[in-house]
Amino acid sequence: MSDIILETKDLTKHYGGVHALEGADFQLHRHEHVAIMGDNGAGKSTFVRQITAVEQRTRGTIIFDGQEVNFTGPIEAREAGIETVFQTLALADDLDVPDNLFLGREKRLFNLGPFSILDYRGMRQATEEGLRRTAVKIPNLNNAIRNMSGGQRQCVAIARTATFHSKLTIMDEPTAALGVQETAQVENIIRNLKEQGEPLILISHNMRQVFDLVDRIVVFRRGRIVANLKVDETDGQDVVAYITGAKTGEEYAGAA
Amino acid sequence: MGDSTQTSSLGTEGLKHEKSRRNWPNEANIFLALILIVVIFEALGQLLPYMNGQSFLFDTRDRFDTIFNEARLQIIILQVAIIGIIALGVTQVIILGGIDLSSGSVVGATAMIVMSFAQTELVNGNPNPKAVFGEWAFDLPVIVPLIVGLLFGAFIGLINGSFIAYFGIPPFIATLGMFLTARGIAQWWTRGQPVSFPTDDFAWIGSGMMPVVWFVLLAILFHLVLRYTVYGKHTYAIGSNEDAARMSGINIKRHKVMVYTIAGMLAAFAAIVLSAKNLTAQTGMGQIYELYAIAMAVIGGVSLTGGRGSIIGTVIGAMIFGVIQSGFTYLRLDAFYQLMALGGIIVGAVVLDQWRQRRAASKA
Repeated sequence: MSDIILETKDLTKHYGGVHALEGADFQLHRHEHVAIMGDNGAGKSTFVRQITAVEQRTRGTIIFDGQEVNFTGPIEAREAGIETVFQTLALADDLDVPDNLFLGREKRLFNLGPFSILDYRGMRQATEEGLRRTAVKIPNLNNAIRNMSGGQRQCVAIARTATFHSKLTIMDEPTAALGVQETAQVENIIRNLKEQGEPLILISHNMRQVFDLVDRIVVFRRGRIVANLKVDETDGQDVVAYITGAKTGEEYAGAA
Repeated sequence: MGDSTQTSSLGTEGLKHEKSRRNWPNEANIFLALILIVVIFEALGQLLPYMNGQSFLFDTRDRFDTIFNEARLQIIILQVAIIGIIALGVTQVIILGGIDLSSGSVVGATAMIVMSFAQTELVNGNPNPKAVFGEWAFDLPVIVPLIVGLLFGAFIGLINGSFIAYFGIPPFIATLGMFLTARGIAQWWTRGQPVSFPTDDFAWIGSGMMPVVWFVLLAILFHLVLRYTVYGKHTYAIGSNEDAARMSGINIKRHKVMVYTIAGMLAAFAAIVLSAKNLTAQTGMGQIYELYAIAMAVIGGVSLTGGRGSIIGTVIGAMIFGVIQSGFTYLRLDAFYQLMALGGIIVGAVVLDQWRQRRAASKA
């Protein structure tokens, strides 16, 4: 088994004439946490959307878990083991925690097509197990999401990854809308994933958070990857220089 | 009990769980409202001088074996059963985040069509004066009009759902169109002539308390379906957050079509029961039933923004509806007061619900 869980070659996305993503070569090792940074519109989210097949790429290759993949949609990507925590929380407010975790892939007691009987007990047990693994604390699983704080909601979204033993977790600004205490809680969950050796791609604007949590930083600018930096060989100033375009990585000289 | 202790052992760590926010089911509130309304009628009956101490709920003249006035209770439930069947479908549509304005017209059109396949050849020894088709359509087995009716309802629902899901037409507009179209079909079918004289087998479907039997059976069925099946879960999920449901991989378009189709079939079944009960079908049948059905759901706590509500709520909502109708008759108040009160209660129910939601939100 290769040490690389995800690799993209020449990943490119054009929206009409707009080159949102141009020739991204990217590698993620197993057990590695990588942050993607860059200004607004730099191509971070576009990059993620190609990997998770929310959009279809213009060209390029994606190799996931040793195999070239061509997901036709986010469901296929998820079934293959790529779990995404979206910037906009993809939760149904009126449903409770297990319902949300298993939305679209419910455990069934009997399979009768759309009228299959739900396995509430099984889903609840799997949810509790998943929450334990991520160290997510949610007081009342039967509470509707509507009655939860922003931090708890984000935790529920993240707990999905643990519940389904995904091979790769992608988080798109998971703490952007959270308070201090809630941010700390989410960061703890991310550290927990790290300890368990779960690979992660983290999109974040928060420099402190990134240096705290990840092994490597990949900087995007104007749709291209302009730097690939090990956290312990760089500092905030350096990263900002790459983000703003004051500096460009040697191996990416032609990019900017 | 075992469940709740297990959960709390997971700990809270700073994110406190308020006991006061424990879920007190909304249905319980609605049931209390039902009891309150019954008590009000009972009290008015005792207080108003012209009522001579007649009771709303109880058997004061020893006509029945039980202490209750069974005749009144039967009438209440019989009155709401048929619209209640429609409301079961409308409930699902509203939980989905949609609306169905076409159900009353579907009742009219389906009744006309169904009755044409349920006619008997001889009425008191004479040929059926209202015959729609020729010889072949007389005295068909009861399964034929049943299937024809349900297929027609499903077809209408399929069209509603397809326009909404695949063409992105707002549900209000799509079903408003069908509201007119289906009424047109009802009038076109026999050029406005009523269709009458069904077979005995067909008449049985709507005879006596049968409408109530169907209503109860269907209510139980759809309660279970909404509560315990993937179909139900997805219906709530789509009404709650359509984007989340889409990102979770639910086939939203197909599901919407399915829900509207089921709603169409329930409206059609209501038409079958109604025409069997009345032994005739007329072009104006089911007028404003769609609004009554929506009202029952709304009184029953089904949120028009989608995602919230239940079949139990709608059944209680239907009972409130019936109690109010019956109560006004009992107090010998004219029908127009009844309409005014119903209108107020519908708006009041939504105001109360929103107040309750805001209160829940401010606690969160």
